[in-house]
Amino acid sequence: MEEYIPLFLTKYNYWVYITLMMIGLWAMIAKNNLVKKIVGMNIFQTAIILFYVSIGAKYGATIPILQHGSGHGHEAAVHAADYINPLPHVLMLTAIVVSVATLGVALALVIKIHQRHRTLEEDEILEQLRES
Amino acid sequence: MKALALAIVALVGGLLISATVDFPDWGDPASPASLHVSPHYVEKTMEETSVPNIVTAVLADYRGFDTMFETTVVFTAGVACFLLLRRREPRPGPSRVYRHRATGVIVEMSQPPDTEPAPEVFKRIDDDWTPHDLIVMNVCRLLIPFIQLFGLYVIAHGHHSPGGGFQGGVILGASVILLALSWDLRTATTRMKETATGLMSATGVFIYAGVGALALAMGGNFLDYAALSPILMVDPVAARSLGIFFVEVGVGLAVMATMVLIYRNLASEGHLDQGL
Repeated sequence: MEEYIPLFLTKYNYWVYITLMMIGLWAMIAKNNLVKKIVGMNIFQTAIILFYVSIGAKYGATIPILQHGSGHGHEAAVHAADYINPLPHVLMLTAIVVSVATLGVALALVIKIHQRHRTLEEDEILEQLRES
Repeated sequence: MKALALAIVALVGGLLISATVDFPDWGDPASPASLHVSPHYVEKTMEETSVPNIVTAVLADYRGFDTMFETTVVFTAGVACFLLLRRREPRPGPSRVYRHRATGVIVEMSQPPDTEPAPEVFKRIDDDWTPHDLIVMNVCRLLIPFIQLFGLYVIAHGHHSPGGGFQGGVILGASVILLALSWDLRTATTRMKETATGLMSATGVFIYAGVGALALAMGGNFLDYAALSPILMVDPVAARSLGIFFVEVGVGLAVMATMVLIYRNLASEGHLDQGL
Protein backbone atom coordinates (compact mmCIF):
# COMPACT_ATOMS: atom_id res chain seq x y z
CA MET A 1 0.00 0.00 0.00
CA GLU A 2 2.75 2.44 0.95
CA GLU A 3 4.40 2.36 -2.47
CA TYR A 4 1.17 3.68 -4.02
CA ILE A 5 1.14 6.89 -1.99
CA PRO A 6 3.88 8.67 -4.03
CA LEU A 7 2.21 7.39 -7.18
CA PHE A 8 -1.06 8.95 -6.06
CA LEU A 9 0.56 12.22 -5.02
CA THR A 10 2.36 12.74 -8.33
CA LYS A 11 -0.31 11.46 -10.70
CA TYR A 12 -3.67 12.28 -9.16
CA ASN A 13 -4.13 15.28 -11.45
CA TYR A 14 -4.38 12.94 -14.44
CA TRP A 15 -6.96 10.86 -12.62
CA VAL A 16 -9.13 13.93 -12.07
CA TYR A 17 -9.06 14.70 -15.80
CA ILE A 18 -9.78 11.08 -16.71
CA THR A 19 -12.78 11.07 -14.36
CA LEU A 20 -14.09 14.28 -15.94
CA MET A 21 -13.48 12.90 -19.41
CA MET A 22 -15.34 9.70 -18.62
CA ILE A 23 -18.29 11.70 -17.26
CA GLY A 24 -18.40 13.49 -20.60
CA LEU A 25 -18.06 10.24 -22.57
CA TRP A 26 -20.83 8.66 -20.49
CA ALA A 27 -23.12 11.60 -21.19
CA MET A 28 -22.39 11.44 -24.92
CA ILE A 29 -23.12 7.70 -25.16
CA ALA A 30 -25.86 7.05 -22.62
CA LYS A 31 -27.92 10.23 -22.38
CA ASN A 32 -31.09 10.39 -24.43
CA ASN A 33 -31.46 14.15 -24.71
CA LEU A 34 -29.45 15.85 -27.43
CA VAL A 35 -28.65 18.94 -25.32
CA LYS A 36 -27.30 16.69 -22.56
CA LYS A 37 -25.07 15.03 -25.16
CA ILE A 38 -23.71 18.45 -26.12
CA VAL A 39 -23.08 19.23 -22.44
CA GLY A 40 -21.19 15.91 -22.24
CA MET A 41 -19.09 16.91 -25.23
CA ASN A 42 -18.18 20.18 -23.51
CA ILE A 43 -17.21 18.39 -20.29
CA PHE A 44 -15.00 16.12 -22.38
CA GLN A 45 -13.32 19.10 -24.04
CA THR A 46 -12.76 20.75 -20.65
CA ALA A 47 -10.99 17.62 -19.42
CA ILE A 48 -8.64 17.73 -22.42
CA ILE A 49 -7.95 21.43 -21.83
CA LEU A 50 -7.09 20.81 -18.14
CA PHE A 51 -4.85 17.90 -19.15
CA TYR A 52 -2.85 19.99 -21.62
CA VAL A 53 -2.46 22.95 -19.28
CA SER A 54 -1.25 20.70 -16.46
CA ILE A 55 1.41 19.19 -18.74
CA GLY A 56 2.97 22.63 -19.06
CA ALA A 57 3.26 23.18 -15.31
CA LYS A 58 6.71 23.34 -13.67
CA TYR A 59 7.53 23.56 -9.98
CA GLY A 60 8.90 26.97 -8.97
CA ALA A 61 8.08 28.57 -12.35
CA THR A 62 5.86 31.52 -13.14
CA ILE A 63 3.46 32.41 -15.94
CA PRO A 64 5.03 32.65 -19.43
CA ILE A 65 5.17 36.43 -19.52
CA LEU A 66 8.72 37.72 -19.33
CA GLN A 67 9.59 40.29 -16.71
CA HIS A 68 11.18 43.16 -18.56
CA GLY A 69 12.33 46.70 -18.06
CA SER A 70 12.17 49.64 -20.42
CA GLY A 71 14.66 48.27 -22.97
CA HIS A 72 14.01 45.56 -25.53
CA GLY A 73 15.74 42.24 -25.05
CA HIS A 74 18.92 43.41 -23.41
CA GLU A 75 18.23 42.18 -19.87
CA ALA A 76 19.78 39.21 -18.12
CA ALA A 77 19.48 35.82 -19.82
CA VAL A 78 16.11 34.07 -19.55
CA HIS A 79 16.09 30.50 -18.24
CA ALA A 80 13.45 28.12 -19.54
CA ALA A 81 13.05 26.54 -16.08
CA ASP A 82 11.78 29.84 -14.62
CA TYR A 83 8.71 30.02 -16.88
CA ILE A 84 6.05 27.38 -17.42
CA ASN A 85 5.74 25.83 -20.86
CA PRO A 86 3.79 28.29 -23.08
CA LEU A 87 3.02 25.80 -25.84
CA PRO A 88 0.11 23.93 -24.16
CA HIS A 89 -1.44 27.30 -23.28
CA VAL A 90 -1.34 28.36 -26.93
CA LEU A 91 -2.80 25.07 -28.12
CA MET A 92 -5.61 25.24 -25.57
CA LEU A 93 -6.35 28.89 -26.30
CA THR A 94 -7.23 27.81 -29.82
CA ALA A 95 -9.00 24.65 -28.58
CA ILE A 96 -11.32 26.77 -26.43
CA VAL A 97 -12.23 28.83 -29.47
CA VAL A 98 -12.94 25.70 -31.49
CA SER A 99 -15.09 24.36 -28.65
CA VAL A 100 -17.17 27.57 -28.67
CA ALA A 101 -17.53 27.33 -32.45
CA THR A 102 -18.60 23.67 -32.34
CA LEU A 103 -21.01 24.48 -29.51
CA GLY A 104 -22.63 27.18 -31.61
CA VAL A 105 -23.03 24.93 -34.64
CA ALA A 106 -24.27 22.03 -32.47
CA LEU A 107 -26.93 24.23 -30.85
CA ALA A 108 -28.00 25.52 -34.28
CA LEU A 109 -28.43 21.92 -35.47
CA VAL A 110 -30.39 21.10 -32.30
CA ILE A 111 -32.74 24.03 -32.97
CA LYS A 112 -33.33 22.76 -36.51
CA ILE A 113 -34.03 19.24 -35.19
CA HIS A 114 -36.48 20.64 -32.66
CA GLN A 115 -38.25 22.67 -35.33
CA ARG A 116 -38.78 19.56 -37.44
CA HIS A 117 -39.53 16.91 -34.78
CA ARG A 118 -40.83 19.06 -31.86
CA THR A 119 -38.69 17.00 -29.44
CA LEU A 120 -35.06 16.58 -28.45
CA GLU A 121 -35.28 13.02 -27.07
CA GLU A 122 -33.25 10.73 -29.29
CA ASP A 123 -35.58 7.71 -29.08
CA GLU A 124 -38.64 9.78 -29.99
CA ILE A 125 -36.84 11.27 -32.98
CA LEU A 126 -35.74 7.80 -34.15
CA GLU A 127 -39.33 6.57 -33.80
CA GLN A 128 -40.61 9.46 -35.91
CA LEU A 129 -37.98 8.72 -38.54
CA ARG A 130 -38.95 5.02 -38.66
CA GLU A 131 -42.65 5.86 -39.05
CA SER A 132 -42.14 8.20 -41.96
CA MET B 1 -27.71 0.63 -23.83
CA LYS B 2 -26.77 1.94 -20.38
CA ALA B 3 -24.88 -1.27 -19.56
CA LEU B 4 -22.95 -1.08 -22.82
CA ALA B 5 -22.13 2.57 -22.19
CA LEU B 6 -20.96 1.79 -18.66
CA ALA B 7 -18.75 -1.02 -19.98
CA ILE B 8 -17.16 1.26 -22.60
CA VAL B 9 -16.60 4.07 -20.09
CA ALA B 10 -15.11 1.72 -17.49
CA LEU B 11 -12.84 0.08 -20.08
CA VAL B 12 -11.54 3.37 -21.53
CA GLY B 13 -11.17 4.93 -18.09
CA GLY B 14 -9.29 1.91 -16.74
CA LEU B 15 -6.93 1.87 -19.72
CA LEU B 16 -6.22 5.60 -19.41
CA ILE B 17 -5.61 5.39 -15.64
CA SER B 18 -3.23 2.46 -16.08
CA ALA B 19 -1.40 4.50 -18.74
CA THR B 20 -0.85 7.44 -16.38
CA VAL B 21 1.79 5.42 -14.50
CA ASP B 22 4.23 6.25 -17.32
CA PHE B 23 3.23 9.93 -17.49
CA PRO B 24 5.55 12.64 -16.16
CA ASP B 25 4.95 13.74 -12.57
CA TRP B 26 2.88 16.82 -11.80
CA GLY B 27 5.01 19.96 -12.16
CA ASP B 28 8.10 18.10 -13.35
CA PRO B 29 10.39 20.65 -15.11
CA ALA B 30 11.99 17.80 -17.11
CA SER B 31 8.76 16.44 -18.53
CA PRO B 32 9.09 15.60 -22.26
CA ALA B 33 6.65 18.33 -23.32
CA SER B 34 8.86 21.01 -21.73
CA LEU B 35 12.14 19.89 -23.31
CA HIS B 36 11.59 19.97 -27.07
CA VAL B 37 10.65 23.38 -28.51
CA SER B 38 9.36 25.30 -25.51
CA PRO B 39 12.83 26.25 -24.12
CA HIS B 40 13.54 27.96 -27.43
CA TYR B 41 10.28 29.89 -27.18
CA VAL B 42 10.95 30.95 -23.59
CA GLU B 43 14.56 31.98 -24.09
CA LYS B 44 14.48 33.48 -27.59
CA THR B 45 11.05 35.16 -27.84
CA MET B 46 12.28 38.47 -26.46
CA GLU B 47 15.22 38.84 -28.84
CA GLU B 48 13.37 37.47 -31.87
CA THR B 49 10.02 39.27 -31.53
CA SER B 50 10.40 41.73 -28.59
CA VAL B 51 7.08 40.49 -27.18
CA PRO B 52 7.21 39.69 -23.42
CA ASN B 53 4.02 37.60 -23.45
CA ILE B 54 5.35 34.33 -24.87
CA VAL B 55 1.86 32.92 -25.39
CA THR B 56 0.93 35.80 -27.69
CA ALA B 57 4.22 35.53 -29.58
CA VAL B 58 3.85 31.78 -30.13
CA LEU B 59 0.17 32.13 -31.03
CA ALA B 60 0.49 34.87 -33.63
CA ASP B 61 4.05 34.50 -34.90
CA TYR B 62 5.66 31.07 -34.44
CA ARG B 63 2.33 29.30 -34.96
CA GLY B 64 0.74 31.96 -37.16
CA PHE B 65 -0.67 29.50 -39.69
CA ASP B 66 -2.49 27.58 -36.95
CA THR B 67 -4.08 30.74 -35.60
CA MET B 68 -5.05 31.98 -39.06
CA PHE B 69 -7.01 28.85 -39.80
CA GLU B 70 -8.39 28.93 -36.25
CA THR B 71 -9.88 32.31 -37.07
CA THR B 72 -11.22 30.77 -40.26
CA VAL B 73 -12.84 28.00 -38.19
CA VAL B 74 -14.60 30.62 -36.05
CA PHE B 75 -15.74 32.48 -39.17
CA THR B 76 -16.97 29.22 -40.74
CA ALA B 77 -18.93 28.37 -37.58
CA GLY B 78 -20.62 31.77 -37.75
CA VAL B 79 -21.49 31.24 -41.43
CA ALA B 80 -22.80 27.74 -40.64
CA CYS B 81 -25.09 29.09 -37.88
CA PHE B 82 -26.32 31.81 -40.22
CA LEU B 83 -27.05 29.41 -43.07
CA LEU B 84 -28.74 26.86 -40.79
CA LEU B 85 -30.99 29.23 -38.87
CA ARG B 86 -31.54 32.58 -40.59
CA ARG B 87 -35.12 33.04 -41.82
CA ARG B 88 -36.18 35.97 -44.00
CA GLU B 89 -39.96 35.65 -43.59
CA PRO B 90 -41.41 37.15 -40.39
CA ARG B 91 -42.48 34.98 -37.47
CA PRO B 92 -46.11 33.76 -37.82
CA GLY B 93 -48.84 34.55 -35.30
CA PRO B 94 -49.87 37.73 -33.46
CA SER B 95 -46.83 39.76 -34.11
CA ARG B 96 -46.75 43.25 -32.62
CA VAL B 97 -46.96 44.23 -28.95
CA TYR B 98 -46.36 47.83 -27.84
CA ARG B 99 -46.03 49.55 -24.50
CA HIS B 100 -47.31 53.10 -24.12
CA ARG B 101 -44.34 54.82 -22.53
CA ALA B 102 -46.22 57.37 -20.43
CA THR B 103 -48.87 55.12 -18.89
CA GLY B 104 -47.39 51.63 -19.21
CA VAL B 105 -50.48 50.33 -21.05
CA ILE B 106 -49.77 47.30 -23.26
CA VAL B 107 -51.32 47.27 -26.77
CA GLU B 108 -51.38 44.05 -28.78
CA MET B 109 -52.02 44.08 -32.53
CA SER B 110 -53.24 40.97 -34.33
CA GLN B 111 -51.29 41.90 -37.46
CA PRO B 112 -48.41 44.28 -38.17
CA PRO B 113 -49.59 47.90 -38.59
CA ASP B 114 -49.04 49.68 -41.89
CA THR B 115 -47.03 52.43 -40.24
CA GLU B 116 -44.99 51.94 -37.11
CA PRO B 117 -46.22 54.13 -34.20
CA ALA B 118 -43.85 56.84 -33.06
CA PRO B 119 -41.13 55.13 -31.00
CA GLU B 120 -41.04 57.90 -28.39
CA VAL B 121 -44.74 57.27 -27.61
CA PHE B 122 -45.11 53.51 -28.16
CA LYS B 123 -42.19 51.17 -27.54
CA ARG B 124 -42.28 47.79 -29.26
CA ILE B 125 -41.79 44.90 -26.78
CA ASP B 126 -41.51 41.11 -27.08
CA ASP B 127 -44.59 38.85 -27.37
CA ASP B 128 -43.96 37.23 -24.01
CA TRP B 129 -44.34 40.49 -22.08
CA THR B 130 -40.97 41.76 -20.85
CA PRO B 131 -41.17 43.88 -17.71
CA HIS B 132 -39.77 47.40 -17.81
CA ASP B 133 -36.76 46.86 -15.54
CA LEU B 134 -35.29 50.30 -14.93
CA ILE B 135 -32.35 49.21 -12.74
CA VAL B 136 -31.07 46.37 -14.93
CA MET B 137 -31.38 48.40 -18.12
CA ASN B 138 -29.62 51.48 -16.79
CA VAL B 139 -26.85 49.62 -14.95
CA CYS B 140 -26.08 47.72 -18.16
CA ARG B 141 -26.19 50.97 -20.15
CA LEU B 142 -23.56 52.43 -17.82
CA LEU B 143 -21.49 49.26 -17.77
CA ILE B 144 -21.31 48.39 -21.48
CA PRO B 145 -18.94 51.22 -22.59
CA PHE B 146 -16.46 50.22 -19.88
CA ILE B 147 -16.69 46.55 -20.86
CA GLN B 148 -15.92 47.54 -24.45
CA LEU B 149 -13.04 49.75 -23.37
CA PHE B 150 -11.63 46.83 -21.36
CA GLY B 151 -12.04 44.58 -24.41
CA LEU B 152 -10.01 47.01 -26.53
CA TYR B 153 -7.37 47.17 -23.79
CA VAL B 154 -7.13 43.37 -23.66
CA ILE B 155 -6.61 43.24 -27.45
CA ALA B 156 -4.07 46.06 -27.58
CA HIS B 157 -2.15 45.11 -24.44
CA GLY B 158 -1.95 41.40 -25.27
CA HIS B 159 1.80 41.72 -25.86
CA HIS B 160 2.61 42.67 -22.28
CA SER B 161 -0.12 41.09 -20.14
CA PRO B 162 -2.52 38.16 -20.40
CA GLY B 163 -4.79 38.88 -23.34
CA GLY B 164 -4.94 39.02 -27.09
CA GLY B 165 -7.35 38.92 -29.97
CA PHE B 166 -9.42 35.93 -28.93
CA GLN B 167 -9.94 37.08 -25.35
CA GLY B 168 -10.60 40.72 -26.20
CA GLY B 169 -12.90 39.74 -29.04
CA VAL B 170 -14.97 37.59 -26.72
CA ILE B 171 -15.24 40.46 -24.21
CA LEU B 172 -16.40 42.84 -26.96
CA GLY B 173 -18.90 40.27 -28.21
CA ALA B 174 -20.17 39.70 -24.66
CA SER B 175 -20.84 43.43 -24.28
CA VAL B 176 -23.18 43.36 -27.29
CA ILE B 177 -24.83 40.18 -25.99
CA LEU B 178 -25.32 41.92 -22.61
CA LEU B 179 -27.12 44.72 -24.43
CA ALA B 180 -29.36 42.15 -26.13
CA LEU B 181 -30.09 40.47 -22.79
CA SER B 182 -30.73 43.57 -20.70
CA TRP B 183 -32.62 45.63 -23.31
CA ASP B 184 -33.85 43.46 -26.14
CA LEU B 185 -32.58 41.83 -29.30
CA ARG B 186 -33.99 44.61 -31.54
CA THR B 187 -31.98 47.30 -29.72
CA ALA B 188 -28.79 45.28 -30.07
CA THR B 189 -29.51 44.65 -33.75
CA THR B 190 -30.08 48.36 -34.44
CA ARG B 191 -26.85 49.24 -32.64
CA MET B 192 -24.84 46.59 -34.53
CA LYS B 193 -26.55 45.83 -37.85
CA GLU B 194 -26.64 42.33 -39.25
CA THR B 195 -24.77 43.27 -42.44
CA ALA B 196 -22.10 45.06 -40.42
CA THR B 197 -21.69 42.00 -38.21
CA GLY B 198 -21.17 39.71 -41.18
CA LEU B 199 -18.78 42.14 -42.84
CA MET B 200 -16.75 42.56 -39.63
CA SER B 201 -16.45 38.81 -39.27
CA ALA B 202 -15.10 38.47 -42.81
CA THR B 203 -12.91 41.58 -42.45
CA GLY B 204 -11.18 40.07 -39.43
CA VAL B 205 -10.11 37.00 -41.38
CA PHE B 206 -9.17 39.24 -44.32
CA ILE B 207 -6.92 41.41 -42.12
CA TYR B 208 -5.10 38.34 -40.84
CA ALA B 209 -4.59 36.79 -44.27
CA GLY B 210 -3.85 40.24 -45.72
CA VAL B 211 -0.99 40.89 -43.31
CA GLY B 212 0.40 37.48 -44.27
CA ALA B 213 0.05 38.19 -47.99
CA LEU B 214 1.63 41.64 -47.54
CA ALA B 215 4.66 39.98 -45.99
CA LEU B 216 4.74 37.67 -49.01
CA ALA B 217 4.57 40.66 -51.37
CA MET B 218 7.42 42.37 -49.49
CA GLY B 219 9.70 39.42 -50.25
CA GLY B 220 9.40 37.45 -47.02
CA ASN B 221 7.57 34.24 -46.25
CA PHE B 222 3.81 34.18 -45.70
CA LEU B 223 3.10 35.68 -42.23
CA ASP B 224 6.79 36.58 -41.76
CA TYR B 225 6.18 39.98 -40.19
CA ALA B 226 9.87 40.92 -40.22
CA ALA B 227 9.49 41.56 -43.97
CA LEU B 228 7.09 44.42 -43.15
CA SER B 229 9.82 46.53 -41.55
CA PRO B 230 10.31 48.86 -44.62
CA ILE B 231 6.59 49.83 -44.55
CA LEU B 232 6.37 50.20 -40.79
CA MET B 233 9.75 52.00 -40.69
CA VAL B 234 11.03 50.03 -37.69
CA ASP B 235 13.69 47.35 -37.32
CA PRO B 236 12.69 43.75 -38.17
CA VAL B 237 12.31 42.68 -34.53
CA ALA B 238 9.91 45.52 -33.70
CA ALA B 239 8.13 44.81 -37.00
CA ARG B 240 7.32 41.33 -35.68
CA SER B 241 5.78 42.88 -32.58
CA LEU B 242 3.67 45.26 -34.68
CA GLY B 243 2.71 42.49 -37.12
CA ILE B 244 1.42 40.44 -34.19
CA PHE B 245 -0.66 43.45 -33.13
CA PHE B 246 -2.29 43.84 -36.58
CA VAL B 247 -3.07 40.15 -36.68
CA GLU B 248 -4.58 40.27 -33.18
CA VAL B 249 -6.86 43.13 -34.26
CA GLY B 250 -8.09 40.94 -37.10
CA VAL B 251 -8.68 38.03 -34.74
CA GLY B 252 -10.53 40.24 -32.26
CA LEU B 253 -12.81 41.65 -34.98
CA ALA B 254 -13.64 38.20 -36.36
CA VAL B 255 -14.26 36.64 -32.93
CA MET B 256 -16.44 39.53 -31.70
CA ALA B 257 -18.63 39.57 -34.80
CA THR B 258 -18.98 35.79 -34.87
CA MET B 259 -20.00 35.58 -31.19
CA VAL B 260 -22.72 38.20 -31.79
CA LEU B 261 -23.82 36.45 -35.00
CA ILE B 262 -24.10 33.04 -33.34
CA TYR B 263 -25.94 34.43 -30.31
CA ARG B 264 -28.45 36.37 -32.38
CA ASN B 265 -29.35 33.47 -34.63
CA LEU B 266 -29.58 30.99 -31.76
CA ALA B 267 -31.61 33.23 -29.46
CA SER B 268 -34.24 34.23 -32.02
CA GLU B 269 -34.27 31.02 -34.11
CA GLY B 270 -33.04 33.06 -37.03
CA HIS B 271 -35.78 35.73 -37.10
CA LEU B 272 -33.66 38.41 -35.36
CA ASP B 273 -36.81 40.13 -34.06
CA GLN B 274 -37.05 38.97 -30.48
CA GLY B 275 -35.28 36.45 -28.34
CA LEU B 276 -33.83 35.91 -24.90
